[in-house]
Amino acid sequence: MNLRRDVFQAIADPTRRAILLLVATQSMTAGAIASNFDTARPTVSKHLQILTECELLRQTQNGREVYYHINAKSMKEVADFIEPFRQIWDERFNKLEEIMKNYEKSNRKMKS
Amino acid sequence: MERKTQVHAEDGKQELIITREFDLPLELLFKAYEEAEIVEQWMGTKVLKLENKKHGSYLFETTDPMGNKHGFNGVIHDFIPGVKITRTFEMENASFGPQMEFLEFEKLTDAKSKLTMHVVYRSNEIRDQILKLPFVQGINMAHNRIEELLKNGITH
Repeated sequence: MNLRRDVFQAIADPTRRAILLLVATQSMTAGAIASNFDTARPTVSKHLQILTECELLRQTQNGREVYYHINAKSMKEVADFIEPFRQIWDERFNKLEEIMKNYEKSNRKMKS
Repeated sequence: MERKTQVHAEDGKQELIITREFDLPLELLFKAYEEAEIVEQWMGTKVLKLENKKHGSYLFETTDPMGNKHGFNGVIHDFIPGVKITRTFEMENASFGPQMEFLEFEKLTDAKSKLTMHVVYRSNEIRDQILKLPFVQGINMAHNRIEELLKNGITH
């Protein structure tokens, strides 16, 4: 499993980034996190599950409550900041490739 | 799967290298840089000026979703079709200053080609700021969303 790629897929989602920002300052229960979003509670739970699986969030049990907090180590891994920059260039070059493939096709038609 | 576009940026340096392999013959890849109408399509920008020659210059303008116009410009130091483009690039109204760009085009097979973009910034700090821009914008978008949610939570 490529953990690194999973981490970046996790932060590619705006709701998940918002969750990370929310718990950045204090650990929170799933209920407290969900109350900040219009989305259905199970949707937020799914996001929490993904963030926990790729180790951006950690759970701690406190009595009956489960608290979520930021896993500082994984956030540091994300913090090299290069991935979103790379994605911009990747998308730009994908577009170039697509446009030139179409260009080639239409040119061939004109010649024949 | 091997990632098609790669960015190499070593810690503490003021340069970075972007490489990309294309499923395109070299001539087609280079044409995408040569013809203004095609540059407009894949860069998502208006090309106001593009003089592809030694001592030539270029001027691009993009309009963001808010309707603000952003200018980009540079001068072309070298332009050898199918081989290389050496140029500067500068975002207007930004504090970064110009950067130097060395673009090298290579034929891999009859149907595949490779671009290597070597970009040199004025300092390591400026390079890192520019590298972080897309990440920071992503975080800001998330932040605005939170502010919206909090505001709505209070008023409802």
